[in-house]
Amino acid sequence: MILEVKDLTVSFATDGGVVRAVEGVSFGLAAGEILAIVGESGSGKSVTAQTLIGLTRAPNTTISGSVRFDGVELTDLDDEGLQGVRGERIAMIFQDPMTSLNPVYRVGDQMIEMIRAHREMSKREARDRAVDLLRQVGIPNPERRVHDYPHEFSGGMRQRVMIAMALSLDPDVLIADEPTTALDVTVQAQILRLLDQLNRERGLAVVLITHDLGVVAEIADRVAVMYAGQIVEEATLDELFYDPLHPYTWGLLGSLARLDTPNPERLAQIPGQPPSLLRPPTGCRFAARCPHEFDECAEPPPLDHDRCWLEPADQRRLREVDGRIGLRKPVAT
Amino acid sequence: MVASIGELEAPGEPPLPTGVSAEEIRGRSPWYLAWLRMRRNRVGLAFGVLFLLIVLACLAAPLWADHVAHTGPNENHITDKILIDGQETYVVSPDGTPVGPGLHGRYLLGADQNGRDVMVRLLYGGRTSIYIGVVAALVTTVFAVLVGLLCGYYRGWIDAILSRVMDVVWAFPVLLLGIALGTALALGGLKIGAIVVAGDSLWIPILIIGLVYVPYMARPIRGEILALREKEFVEAAVAQGKGSLRIMFSELLPNVVSTIIVFFTLNIANNMLLESSLSFLGAGVRAPNASWGTMIADGYQTIYTAPHLTIVPGLLIVLTVLSLNVFGDGLRDALDPRAKIRLEH
Amino acid sequence: MLRFAARRILGMIAVLFAISVVVFLIFNVIPNSDPAQRIAGKNANPALIARVTADLGLDQPLPVQYLTMMRKILTGELTSYASSQNVVEQIWKGLPATLSLCIGAAVLWMTLAIIFGYLSAVHSGKFTDRALTILSLTGISMPVFWLAAILLYYLSYKAQLFPTSSYVPLTKDPLDWLYHLILPWITLAVLFVGFYSRVLRSNMLDVMNEDYVRTARAKGIGERQVRLRHVLRNSMIPIVTLFGLDFGAVVGGGAILTETVFNLNGVGLYAGQAIGSLDLPPLMGVTMFGAFFIVLFNTIVDVLYAFLDPRIRLGEAAPA
Repeated sequence: MILEVKDLTVSFATDGGVVRAVEGVSFGLAAGEILAIVGESGSGKSVTAQTLIGLTRAPNTTISGSVRFDGVELTDLDDEGLQGVRGERIAMIFQDPMTSLNPVYRVGDQMIEMIRAHREMSKREARDRAVDLLRQVGIPNPERRVHDYPHEFSGGMRQRVMIAMALSLDPDVLIADEPTTALDVTVQAQILRLLDQLNRERGLAVVLITHDLGVVAEIADRVAVMYAGQIVEEATLDELFYDPLHPYTWGLLGSLARLDTPNPERLAQIPGQPPSLLRPPTGCRFAARCPHEFDECAEPPPLDHDRCWLEPADQRRLREVDGRIGLRKPVAT
Repeated sequence: MVASIGELEAPGEPPLPTGVSAEEIRGRSPWYLAWLRMRRNRVGLAFGVLFLLIVLACLAAPLWADHVAHTGPNENHITDKILIDGQETYVVSPDGTPVGPGLHGRYLLGADQNGRDVMVRLLYGGRTSIYIGVVAALVTTVFAVLVGLLCGYYRGWIDAILSRVMDVVWAFPVLLLGIALGTALALGGLKIGAIVVAGDSLWIPILIIGLVYVPYMARPIRGEILALREKEFVEAAVAQGKGSLRIMFSELLPNVVSTIIVFFTLNIANNMLLESSLSFLGAGVRAPNASWGTMIADGYQTIYTAPHLTIVPGLLIVLTVLSLNVFGDGLRDALDPRAKIRLEH
Repeated sequence: MLRFAARRILGMIAVLFAISVVVFLIFNVIPNSDPAQRIAGKNANPALIARVTADLGLDQPLPVQYLTMMRKILTGELTSYASSQNVVEQIWKGLPATLSLCIGAAVLWMTLAIIFGYLSAVHSGKFTDRALTILSLTGISMPVFWLAAILLYYLSYKAQLFPTSSYVPLTKDPLDWLYHLILPWITLAVLFVGFYSRVLRSNMLDVMNEDYVRTARAKGIGERQVRLRHVLRNSMIPIVTLFGLDFGAVVGGGAILTETVFNLNGVGLYAGQAIGSLDLPPLMGVTMFGAFFIVLFNTIVDVLYAFLDPRIRLGEAAPA
């Protein structure tokens, strides 16, 4: 494991109270693997990703837990120490390439800025490297494009630029925060293919944040499912799709339109809403929406593959709904 | 087995997130939220109260004049003597130096070259300054809202013409325009048809100051109306058959009210500063009226011998304008925390 | 690009024309006093007044008077009714003082505003920020002429630190020139430092929340570099345009109060004197001068904005 996260907890002090956005999150990332973190909006996945390299540090933020990278405890590092890690060993790309690049600087200059912040290189050498990187991510005519401004690129191209920039120092890990959400479906596929290629050819480990199970299915090796600030299930890709153990995961899968199993006439939605993170429930956070909830669920379940009190045997039985995996509708009372 | 449509639940109230009661997430109007934010801004509120206190003090000028100072704002006491520490002293010494501030009751802030009580004049002058500031702000607001609404809603040639007019007013050096109009109108007064305004009426500076700032307020309002116009609720109103005037006043106008409130407050501050500048140059308030600006102009003559005559009215202006600025800032933060309202002066 | 420039210039001329007409009308239509009467003096008889009127061409129809005056401005022949001085010459003579005052004050206010605004934004919410905000707000609440008087009184008269008045040309004695301008510079700058530091602070706070600032941090660049190269740089764009407008306004007539109090022989002082005597030619000349500067800087600012923001300079973004 090059990246090990243990018990990461992040809370924000706001006008309305303390929001416990991330609670006790633990996972590991092995060298060269792609880990997907899936969850809906507000599940805490982006906050988790950004906290890994300390981007959420602020006066109103409380962070506890451990993030160990290559033997170094990142949460102990001060800003200067983190600068040595950011970009150099762990790089990050974000959701919206439109707004993630500074509009007043040329793309090449932004890449050169990053390169020269970590390496002793002349501007010319850095620019050559930038051109090379642009070529590697599939941008045509890189010698000319390196002088262009961000708005002169299309969305998909801009995301490639972001990826190129992220790779410029040969990092070990790439954190990709919803890299395809803002892109068209066809472009999405291209970007995912690019990430997959980078992973295979360079052994680049990727933490992929997404809400889209389709994206997960494309390239992930392992998956962690987040709900209400906690990880509720951790599994390999096959395990997740064919042997999921947590009711929330069943609900997610049940709402997918799939080609390999029969679809119901109407795709099921998980009834209810996620709990407020201002005052999260003390027991299982999914209990209020779970049709299989029982008295044990008032205690917080521990995470071992799945955060649920149900026994695997029961889980495998209960998740079959109408011939496919899904969440049974609650019994009307 | 396939789920049938008959098993669908009718959409009722959306389910609540666990741990939160219905009472806690009831809808709160933007005004209520703004009020909550404003309540937390103690400094802003404090300065708002300060402004009100100053206004009240000026309104109570006759009380002070009658009961404490026993003199009016225009009464000369050049040859009078008063008791200071048991000694009889001239209010205005033979070489023209008036007595300074620090006395008790009468002449609390000293006297001017004519022996007039500075404190009394200050309170009466404040009435004029504040009155002009507020009324001019009303004038500006009325015209700016009209222009902004018309330009933003109708666009086309109405916008083209009005915007050109605004450009011309904007391009005029503010002070020069104010001075030019002020001096010219002060001589002969204003005669438009049946409306006659005397040359020394307060309405002259009020109208001038009011008109000068119209472009500054009209432009942002126009911009907001232009943007709002494209929103669906306007389309819906048109589809409902609402007339243009109703749309402008009952749909668009309420949405720019926060902008108007903030601008109005800050505009009063700007108006008071402009009035003092104009009066200082002799193109604003004219005798026999007095304002803080005219007091500074008068006091400036004897600044080396009687500095308090210049310092004191200016301090009052600074205090009043500062209160308005701080309070206005607080209003802006409360009404629009993402600060889309900017006053470009 | 050329068509854009041509249209703007045409617009400029139109606005200047409108302004000249307005000023002319203000002084000819509104007041009920006859310039000839004033010039001829208190004890003039009708014959004298008539002769003065004819001399000055005041018996011509208004449009003719207007055209004559405009022509004289453009050819530099305009003379004052009251003093028979050449207006254009007087304005030209006053330019060095006005420009010295305005440019010096501008350098001072922009430097201070950037420093204060930056510090305020970086330490937002803390003591430094609050203190600077109060200072800024106080600065914009002061009447300029009052501040000038206070500074004159305390620093020149009482403390004898600075000379009391008048302008010393740069060419005569640079050090003295500087010495005489320090108080006027401070006076004029106080108002603008307050305003600009707050605008910069506000812009920087907005920009700090932008995605590209987060990207910059993720790149492992030092925090100071992020603040300077990304936050400050992007926050300055609106400031540059505001500055252009304000500078134009200050040269165009905003300096009148400062020049009056400090007795600097600039264009503003000249304007003040003309107003006092209701002398139309100098007033017209000064107003046109002022309006020209304002409109000129308006245009410069528009063009500059296109340069500073590549999105505007290079046209719309490519489809996503």
